[in-house]
Amino acid sequence: MELLIKNGIVFDPLNGIDGQKMDIAIRDGKVVESVSSGARVIDASNLMVMPGGVDLHSHIAGSKVNAGRLMRPEDHFRDPEAKTPTTRSGVGSTVPSVFTTGYRYAKMGYTTVFEPATPMLKARHTHDELDDIPILDKACFPLFGNDVILLEYLKAGRIEEAAGYVAWMLEAVKGYAIKIVNPGGLEAWNWGGNVLGLDEEVPNFGITPREIVRSLCKISKMLNLPHPIHLHPNNLGRPGNYETTIETMDCVRDLAGEKPVIHLTHVQFEGYGGRDWLSMSSEGVEIANYVNRHGHVSIDLGQLVFGNATTMTADGPFQFQLYQLTGNKWTNSDVEVETSAGVVPYFYKRSNYVNAIQWTVGLELALAVRDPWRVFLTTDHPNAGPFTAYPKVIAWLMSRKARERVLSKIPRMARKRSNLSSLDREYSFSEIAVVTRAGTARSLGLKNKGHLGVGADADVAVYPLNPREVDPSKDYKKVRKAFGNAVWVVKEGQVVVEKGEIKTAPRGKTFWVKPDIEEDVLRLAAANLKAKFREYYTVEFDNFIIPEDALARPQVLKAG
Amino acid sequence: MVVVKNVLCSFCGCVCDDLEVSVEDNKITGVKYACALATEKFLHSQEERNPDPLMRADGGFRKVGLEEALDKAARILAEAKYPLLYGWSNTSCEAIKVGIELTEEVGGVLDNTATVCHGVGLEAIQDVGEPTGTLGKARHRADLIIYWGCNPSQAHIRHTTRYTAFTKGLFRSQRKDRKIVVVDVRKTVTSKTADLFLQIDPGKDYELLSALRMAVRDMEFETEAVAGVPVEKIEELAEMMVSCEFGMLFFGLGLTQSSAKNENIAAAISLVRDLNLKTKFLMLPMRGHYNVTGANKVALWQTGYPFAVDFSHGYPRFNPGETSAADLLVRGEVDAALVVASDPASHMPWAAVKNLANIPVAVVDPTLTATSLLADVRIPAAFNGIEYGGTVYRMDGVALKTRKFVEPPPNCLPDVEVLENILHKVRSLKEVA
Ligand code: SF4
Ligand SMILES: [Zn+2]
Repeated sequence: MELLIKNGIVFDPLNGIDGQKMDIAIRDGKVVESVSSGARVIDASNLMVMPGGVDLHSHIAGSKVNAGRLMRPEDHFRDPEAKTPTTRSGVGSTVPSVFTTGYRYAKMGYTTVFEPATPMLKARHTHDELDDIPILDKACFPLFGNDVILLEYLKAGRIEEAAGYVAWMLEAVKGYAIKIVNPGGLEAWNWGGNVLGLDEEVPNFGITPREIVRSLCKISKMLNLPHPIHLHPNNLGRPGNYETTIETMDCVRDLAGEKPVIHLTHVQFEGYGGRDWLSMSSEGVEIANYVNRHGHVSIDLGQLVFGNATTMTADGPFQFQLYQLTGNKWTNSDVEVETSAGVVPYFYKRSNYVNAIQWTVGLELALAVRDPWRVFLTTDHPNAGPFTAYPKVIAWLMSRKARERVLSKIPRMARKRSNLSSLDREYSFSEIAVVTRAGTARSLGLKNKGHLGVGADADVAVYPLNPREVDPSKDYKKVRKAFGNAVWVVKEGQVVVEKGEIKTAPRGKTFWVKPDIEEDVLRLAAANLKAKFREYYTVEFDNFIIPEDALARPQVLKAG
Repeated sequence: MVVVKNVLCSFCGCVCDDLEVSVEDNKITGVKYACALATEKFLHSQEERNPDPLMRADGGFRKVGLEEALDKAARILAEAKYPLLYGWSNTSCEAIKVGIELTEEVGGVLDNTATVCHGVGLEAIQDVGEPTGTLGKARHRADLIIYWGCNPSQAHIRHTTRYTAFTKGLFRSQRKDRKIVVVDVRKTVTSKTADLFLQIDPGKDYELLSALRMAVRDMEFETEAVAGVPVEKIEELAEMMVSCEFGMLFFGLGLTQSSAKNENIAAAISLVRDLNLKTKFLMLPMRGHYNVTGANKVALWQTGYPFAVDFSHGYPRFNPGETSAADLLVRGEVDAALVVASDPASHMPWAAVKNLANIPVAVVDPTLTATSLLADVRIPAAFNGIEYGGTVYRMDGVALKTRKFVEPPPNCLPDVEVLENILHKVRSLKEVA
């Protein structure tokens, strides 16, 4: 199959293309130099063309997402999707069903989305759901930051064995990167407690969050994983937490390499000043200043969007605190040996000054971090807002006017406690392409994604907007509309969205990483684990392992 | 003889995965580590099995070819205006997925057996959420285990030896490290070995749960007993709950099916939530069928709802009471049914069964169930976990994959293939029409 996307105005920052008019030639799912005259032609004249969007943090599949679905029937009622000749039915809103998730992402021009928090014991469930999400390429990040077996290795100072264990686990559950949530805090949550600082000891284990983060950072480097440790730090969601956040980034400063070695996720939730909710302020700029000075860190926003959301994290104690604060429904779901999780529905109000300050934190981060290659657009779907709100966030990034409209309506106290109104920066189209695809693809180590050079995966979005005519600063509504509904979307060379509608919904790939480790070290790790597996888990070693053929369309990525 | 290790048991919601099965000449000759119930079922799974596709004819059944039976089932569904596709708790998630697609295709209602057992618990979670965790949490951490309205010694026989009282965990290594409490309407084998047994008046669970909530909040009682339980015992249990380090409440049909139903579960959830202000406390339903949990989970991620999903408007709708199987049958609203791996004729209310007998019914099941006897067509299937492998979800949501270790009888395809066949045929019939 050959395809030619003709005369589009292309933004491909990884290849230095910034709004040039050019053609994209596609054959057999890849971008190629040229195609024959028989190729199908898509006329993209005066339309904006970008690589398919790449989202590195969105809760789209697995046990806690499904727990969220169970808890939100009132959410589903509002937003049903009927079956069509090309699509399955479903429900949308904040915790969409799997088919709807795939279609809605595709319609926004996104073609790759990573699920960022998977308990290993429930990875089979995550993969079951990922397999059912149409169109998108996917992957999942297993949770290591509170894993009892890992903590025991670290307590004993056996980091080599810990690395072998992590490598074995990643391969066994077909995971992609090391995820850490509230290091040590979730282990304490097993007894109803938490850990509130980087140097507070984890009960029963005699180690600290600092040691956990540092060790896993070292392990991630030892295994040459394509994406750095992906971290949700201690004290998330608490006033005054920005100090912990900066300390956490700083605790691996000496491990810096060529690429960032730590990714802090949904930093909006981690950028609060003040001593309590009353004195809370935005410290987004403080964090941005740290990021600007230190190349070993990358972040994503977790941008808040006013309206309906469903908070869901592995951070059990945080979710419990949110339940106590709101009195909303609360689900907690703990997983033996590994982690906890919690779900609490939430409605972000523009008139609530805490919510309003939260809204400013994410935008401060985005505008004050100078290097767009190290700050990525997310809403931590569906925590700070659903992924379908990305076009809104893009408009805020590109237009000071769009931000001011909201700023003028939030409580005065919130405006005063934030630096947002002093930030003039407006993102360019090219910068948007970085924070939504090129930068994320690079951070994930996906060499064939996020760009349109020869050899790239032919994942392309064509948006109904002429970037040479539209001034995003003024016409931000047009920008919002365009990013919300691509005219054409191509996935692996197949036209999946045509005239804004789902044309066909092929199955995407699931990436997993084979860590860079000697085979005999890995075998030893397996033997060690097998010998003691029954002491920890209630399933058998052999049944725990997810063979590659359990995934509908696995794609291994060899680390190193 | 071949010995197959780490075999999953596809009978109850415990989904034990450490069984050893001996196979000789395609016959199961021995089963190790399974409970007595499961051993029986494994050893007899290949007998008493009518492997023939059957179709109703002159007041009886006649043997037909598989193709003819599949055609008939497809026609029943394609010609129906509002069919019910029911069952799904004793089969694989792979089959359930095809079942959902088929239901969507014919604009019917998909319901699973949770509708008549733990469904009320799911509705309570929709309203208030649920503090829960995997079985290993109970094993490693819990020093207080409560079995409420369930009798694991009969229904989930290895529950106490694999997951609670008699296991060696990381922080609790033996029976005496844990307190076991049983709340039930009668003495049971489980209650005999408990540290505390509360015998409750039938149907009074809500009252007792409310009293416990009061006691946990240190409120005084003015009566001497609640729900037939002396106040001292209620206070004793409340004290145990508050002072434990990690508690876990397991509840069964005794709680979900006694008079107040979802109010009961909501009260239990509220109690456990309150307890989390003082200590750590989780809860988990004792799901009966080995993959009823999977039936709920797959329906949730594909449609947003765990059971009773109606597709007649083209999109998923959920309104138990209106879209639930028993209600649809009692009111005579559905005009055909496909029953998969389940036996509604023996567990649904009589009024529902009566109406089921009056509409065209197709059954897909490894065994000849009571429901098959009132069906128009019966399609035999292979046993998941014995004759084919598929994904199942343990009662705590841990997904595992069963394996095939013997060949099914001829004509007995895995139900996932049977359903794919029917779906394909339904689509061609609709195209013609
Ligand atoms: S307890 Fe349940 S799963 Fe375990 S062997 Fe017995 S029937 Fe099978
Ligand atoms: Zn997240």
